[in-house]
Amino acid sequence: MSEGGVFENMAIRTFKGGVHPSYNKDATYAKPIRSMPSPGKVVIPLHQHTGAPCEPIVKAGDEVKIGQKIGDSKARLTSPIHASVSGKVKAVAKHAQSSGVDGLSIVIESDGLDTWDESVKPRDSVDRLGPDKLIGILREAGIVGLGGAAFPTYFKLTPPQGKAFDTLLLNGAECEPYLSADHRLMVERPADVVAGARLLMKAIGVERAVIGIENNKPDAISALMEAVEGDDSIKIVPLGVKYPQGAEKQLIWAILGREVPSGGLPVDVGVVVNNVGTAVAVKEAVIDGMPLVRRVVTVTGSCVREPANLMVPIGTLVSDIIEVCGGTRIPPKKVIIGGPMMGIAQYTTEIPVTKGTSGILLLSEKEVAGDEPIACIRCGRCVEACPMNLMPLWIAGYAEAARFDESERLGALDCIECGCCSFICPSRRRLVQGIRLAKAEIRARRNAKRG
Amino acid sequence: MEGSGFIVSSSPHQHTTVSTPMIMSDVILALMPACFAGVWFFGLPALGMMAVCVGSAVITEAALTKICGKPVTVRDYSAAVTGLLLALVVPPDLPLWAGAIGSIFSIAIAKFTFGGLGQNIFNPALIGRAFLLASWPVFMTRWRWPVHEAAWIPKFDALTTATPLVLMKYMNIKAPYAELFIGRIAGSIGETSAFAILLGAAYLIYRGHIGLRIPLSFIGTVAVLTALFGQDPLFHILAGGLLLGAFFMATDYVTSPVTPRGQIVYGVGCGVLVALIRLYGGYPEGVCYAILIMNAATALLERYTIPRKFGEVKRVA
Repeated sequence: MSEGGVFENMAIRTFKGGVHPSYNKDATYAKPIRSMPSPGKVVIPLHQHTGAPCEPIVKAGDEVKIGQKIGDSKARLTSPIHASVSGKVKAVAKHAQSSGVDGLSIVIESDGLDTWDESVKPRDSVDRLGPDKLIGILREAGIVGLGGAAFPTYFKLTPPQGKAFDTLLLNGAECEPYLSADHRLMVERPADVVAGARLLMKAIGVERAVIGIENNKPDAISALMEAVEGDDSIKIVPLGVKYPQGAEKQLIWAILGREVPSGGLPVDVGVVVNNVGTAVAVKEAVIDGMPLVRRVVTVTGSCVREPANLMVPIGTLVSDIIEVCGGTRIPPKKVIIGGPMMGIAQYTTEIPVTKGTSGILLLSEKEVAGDEPIACIRCGRCVEACPMNLMPLWIAGYAEAARFDESERLGALDCIECGCCSFICPSRRRLVQGIRLAKAEIRARRNAKRG
Repeated sequence: MEGSGFIVSSSPHQHTTVSTPMIMSDVILALMPACFAGVWFFGLPALGMMAVCVGSAVITEAALTKICGKPVTVRDYSAAVTGLLLALVVPPDLPLWAGAIGSIFSIAIAKFTFGGLGQNIFNPALIGRAFLLASWPVFMTRWRWPVHEAAWIPKFDALTTATPLVLMKYMNIKAPYAELFIGRIAGSIGETSAFAILLGAAYLIYRGHIGLRIPLSFIGTVAVLTALFGQDPLFHILAGGLLLGAFFMATDYVTSPVTPRGQIVYGVGCGVLVALIRLYGGYPEGVCYAILIMNAATALLERYTIPRKFGEVKRVA
């Protein structure tokens, strides 16, 4: 495959399979990001990233300031956490969390002063920072992937022995319906996105970056094109409007025509993918010296009185955010953290925003109306829609029959849980749910075997 | 805010509006042109056959689910589709009671004993037809000219009214394309009008309910093989039950492969069998048996045509 052709050909790039859900972004995509006033209290989970949980380094009664590190771990894969308001630590206790599992969290009562920690100050001589220094800064700043997976960024930027990067991809697809946080960041802060991209390029030592943006965001595309004008090392590539265009492997395929091997990582094809929001956080961490203490969250769904894109302190309770958005218009039937395709349904709104929270959806009875599953009619729509080219009906079917070895043979572990199969199923079968069951079971068996 | 009352379920939380009952009712809608043509050419008895077959299929399904204590599934319209398809593939003069028996057999034996919707190996309507053909071969091969008679129809013997394929196979008389296209020929109630069938097929394709792999590979194979053996491929496409079979029967989700490559092999297989039966078999027409035989091969075809996973490493040496 000719690499040069990737950029010469401006045809809209996309991937095989996928679905076209209603995007439902109208309520927020044109709304500028506003900063939420500091809430009375924040609940900051010690474990909000992939990897080992943090150990608390503050205790009840301690005074903390914004940006002060309050949790860290000695593990190889982890990410420190920082106070997002100034005030007093009220407790280190278990608290409900969007993952569904109660997790140890640091509860801080705000003093309302928003005092920043002395350590947070613009860094000079940024240009002299080498890759190792940059990666160290990102680790200390608690930067993780803001697209939802919350994978520690510093870890992703360090290639395993014998592998190397040649391209940085920034993910501006934002293919999840309802969400517009990334869209707004690209429109409002294109210079920060590009600055973050340059820092990431330097950190991994590559000369080339591509920012992929779904073609339904022309304002974001032109804003970024303007921001990179005169810099040939960063390209803006419009992508087809299809879900899951922003899935890592599909994005790499669409932009570079490279196929991440089954069970492998983007680095296996010389690529690292970061979200555009993460790029902004990288810029803030390196240049402004600010750790990850806030993020943009899209608050929407037909139950929200005033849908918004809000900059919120990490640890803000969803219930407080809903208040800031004017409360609810009608009682929500479903509360989702994330987007409607991959987000997690919540049983309470007393849960904090974490680093991976891209959206809060309050959906009405009408929006969540779902039929009960009926028999599979073998229409094959799930097979056509699967962006990983799997056979969802069989993998889920075998899982339901507890024949997990068959699910595994059919590639259950390759499933990216994008939800296309369940979305498209005319019999409303819970296909991803079945595949998740298979994956959990297969992994449990492997672990058991390892002893 | 109170937490109670929120629905907590696995993602995705958004779904397409296309549902199985919607697909089934779209199939019924797509069959309407063929139904209309059937009534136009063969009169009210055709309408009676449709009513009897649909009615007995739905009643059979409702009764069996009720008796067995299963959820009553007639509201997915699949039984109605089976009944209607059966009515379209029987001769217009078949006694109504025979249509009813065929329909009951379709649902009770071909569908229900296998486990109901989605579980049957063979297309229920075609099993019903095959059953009727085996049980009442005389009724099932007694044809009638359309009520709107056309000038080209050979008048040599009013009793030996025959379908274009029969005329071709045994008398070397070729029905004109125009008559085949509009359907003013002898044949099963819903199979004669190519125009009406294509209209319905176009609707199903437009709605995204059927793909082109099966119908095109099926029809294409018949065309190529008949041409190779010195016959008129266009005649073979338009005559008999090929178009109805290729667009409405072979594409039956339940009994055809779900894998893209499997669908092509399946379509080609159907085409080969139809051509063999028409050219060399004891019957003038072979669409019904061709599809049923390929139904039996579906599971095997799927097994050998599982798509290559995205990211699956190409085997080196």
